[in-house]
Amino acid sequence: MKTDVLTFTDRGIYCPAGDFHVDPWRPVARALITHGHADHARPGHGRYLATHAALPVMRHRLGEITAEGIAYGEVRRIGGASVSFHPAGHLPGSAQIRIEVGGEVWVVSGDYKTTDDGFCEPFEPVRCHGFITECTFGLPVFKWPPQARVAEEINAWWRQCRAEGKTALLGAYSLGKAQRLLSLLDPVGPILTHGAVEATNGILRAQGYALPDTIRVTPDTAVKDHAGALVLAPSAALGSAWARRFRNPSAGFASGWMALRGIRRRRGMDRGFVLSDHADWPGLQEAIRATGAETVYATHGYTEIFARWLKAEGYDAHVLKTEFGEEEDGTETTGGEAA
Amino acid sequence: MKRFTRLFTALDQTTKTKVKTDALAAYFREAPDEDKLWCIALFSGRRPKRAINATELRALAAECAGIPLWLFEESYPIVGDLAETIALVLPPPVRASDLPLTHWIRTLKSIAQLPLEQRKPVILDAWEQLDTPQRFLFTKLVTGGFRIGVSRKLMTRALAQATGQDEATLALKLMGKWTPETTSFHALIEADDPQADLSRPYPFYLAYQLEDAPEALGTPDEWQAEWKWDGIRGQLILRDGQHHLWSRGEELLTDRFPEFAAAADFLPPGTVFDGELLAWDDGPLRFATLQPRITRKSVTRKLLKDAPVAMLAYDLLEHGGEDIRHLPLKDRRERLESLLENAPAYTNVRLSPALPFDAWQSLAATRLAAREARAEGLMLKRLDAPYLAGRKKGDWWKWKLDPLTVDAVMIYAQQGHGRRANLFTDFTFAVWNGNELTPFTKAYSGLTDKEFDEITAWVRRNTQQRFGPVRQVKPEHVFEIAFEGIQESPRHKSGIALRFPRMVRWRRDKPVQEANTLGDLRAMLETFG
Repeated sequence: MKTDVLTFTDRGIYCPAGDFHVDPWRPVARALITHGHADHARPGHGRYLATHAALPVMRHRLGEITAEGIAYGEVRRIGGASVSFHPAGHLPGSAQIRIEVGGEVWVVSGDYKTTDDGFCEPFEPVRCHGFITECTFGLPVFKWPPQARVAEEINAWWRQCRAEGKTALLGAYSLGKAQRLLSLLDPVGPILTHGAVEATNGILRAQGYALPDTIRVTPDTAVKDHAGALVLAPSAALGSAWARRFRNPSAGFASGWMALRGIRRRRGMDRGFVLSDHADWPGLQEAIRATGAETVYATHGYTEIFARWLKAEGYDAHVLKTEFGEEEDGTETTGGEAA
Repeated sequence: MKRFTRLFTALDQTTKTKVKTDALAAYFREAPDEDKLWCIALFSGRRPKRAINATELRALAAECAGIPLWLFEESYPIVGDLAETIALVLPPPVRASDLPLTHWIRTLKSIAQLPLEQRKPVILDAWEQLDTPQRFLFTKLVTGGFRIGVSRKLMTRALAQATGQDEATLALKLMGKWTPETTSFHALIEADDPQADLSRPYPFYLAYQLEDAPEALGTPDEWQAEWKWDGIRGQLILRDGQHHLWSRGEELLTDRFPEFAAAADFLPPGTVFDGELLAWDDGPLRFATLQPRITRKSVTRKLLKDAPVAMLAYDLLEHGGEDIRHLPLKDRRERLESLLENAPAYTNVRLSPALPFDAWQSLAATRLAAREARAEGLMLKRLDAPYLAGRKKGDWWKWKLDPLTVDAVMIYAQQGHGRRANLFTDFTFAVWNGNELTPFTKAYSGLTDKEFDEITAWVRRNTQQRFGPVRQVKPEHVFEIAFEGIQESPRHKSGIALRFPRMVRWRRDKPVQEANTLGDLRAMLETFG
């Protein structure tokens, strides 16, 4: 990277003027973290800086860390750099990080979606000279249906399961997607949760995020007492011994990848719901345009294709190799967290 | 089209046979006759021909979506299906319509002969009014590649459920060379005239693979054993002085095999044989000799001379114009033998011999000689069983030879399509040739989903070089490759080609150095080629 604001090292994105890294994947002295997903918030750093809203989950997941919170929009001076955090719309507490050095502004997007999901802090475009964008779904085949329509599909499926005496098992990543789904469910019946989902629920409730009542599944839970329940769990748990306690299940999975029939069928789920916390193709275009940036680095996703497209559109576009997830990465398709 | 799309969605969302059958049966009860007929046609492989070639279609879709062609081309392998890629990249429809399935198929048929410039606006007009799932199906029809995970058997069962007729009767009605343009739902399904079509074949009876020892089948005297020939299963129909030849895939092969014309002169009308088509010159020739007889469009004098063909008949389904499938095999066999007893060689129909045996053990020894007889193994058929339709367990078993195997090193990997898009499933394997690894086969199947997941992650981390979609990977993993046959092939670097290669085991225990050599393969070629 030719810019003075950020350089790129084997530990991650680095700001020499402020001597800090953003979402580094190897231990560093000082890390600014966009959001709490495991591929962005890794253990072992000396000091962490994240939004107030992101910190509780990070503390829960990373254990004893030296961490400081910052409010959205608050400007902080670190060495020769001014930094501020702005909502990324990815999950509660998620942020894009704005870094300004000597009048030159760069934004690291982390993961983001541009549509307001009515649950987490909605995405705000930030003007900058250089933008580092994710492009998990950076192909023109990805165009999300409106959230309301997907919510209706999920609720209709749950009602149908109830009518047929089935248990609706809904797979979703335990931080972010699970809570967004909770916010979309009609109160049709009881909602049971896997421990991993419920841990995050508890933390977010304590922070003031509104979630419906849920019942954590424990070894003592009498499943038959909760007829017509919907069960929310990490998708990996759906295929495990844990899920065998639910008789006559119908399994659903909510992810952007469910837009593709091949992946939907390979997952072997009864139902796939197209719901993503990442920007779709139009969302990515819109976000990049709104930054006013001339230079764009594409990372995490279909980077080479996306950068080539941006170049053709007149941007000074590049691929940025990161360890957030390789191109075509299968983490999402195997129930990973970025879906 | 909406009703058909709902049917497709219901079929696509489940793997449960009963749910699929119910959804189809509901469709057969509700849909208009014309649509029903087309639905039956589509599910029995009677797809309309493609209305536009894939290159033209891609260009049209990219243009309509407002994206450069290269971006479309990059998206396609990730989605894994052309029609789906198109349905996803197009802008949302500008108006709604609910024209029936038949309308769209007729539209496509009506433009098939027009110049490209006149076909384009018709396709664009359809895209403009169909939503994403409808577009996907419509575009599938456009590409001529309409295949849905519904077997003919399942479709027939649903039709039986909806009409109250029995499955076997319906299966017979659905055979033959009808299209929705030459018949109606009433004439094909409801009317009671199975003799209407002189060329109509009977549904083939299909055998299951024998998994256990044959002793479990009972005593040897209840069974007939034959060679399992390595050719093409076919039905030769002699009725009313004409002959018709059908493949098991229900392709009419009559014109490609003129040598059976004489059969209609010698053998009595009202005769239907079930047998195997083989390249034959006083004995079976290798399968490769038969291949050009199937693939080449024109049957030249030279081809007929180089690849003579015979049918090895092993069953008689119709005798004296009478359907005799209900008779036990031993009676059918008697009639078959007496029919062919004095048949001259120029009929090119021969009796597939029954292999005598009095103990399973001696039959096991016969089986081991199958490769020398150019057979794939044995067929076991219960002597008192009727000729059933479709794949039914119990009376017919194939007892194949164990496949040949080699241990080979994976050197290239490529992503799959459809259900396997985004997974690396297509691999190229190599054997040692001195210190070099020489590629000799590709294989796509045989691993579990979990193993494909694992190898996919490994391929991503261990790519050494890319050639378009193909990745050269570190030669580190050994797989056991099984195959049914081996033959010489000047087109391949290794000089050999395999039949039905597949992965049977991931040999994690085997270091790369211990993989087989090209010498080992050549030795197999000597013995079995």
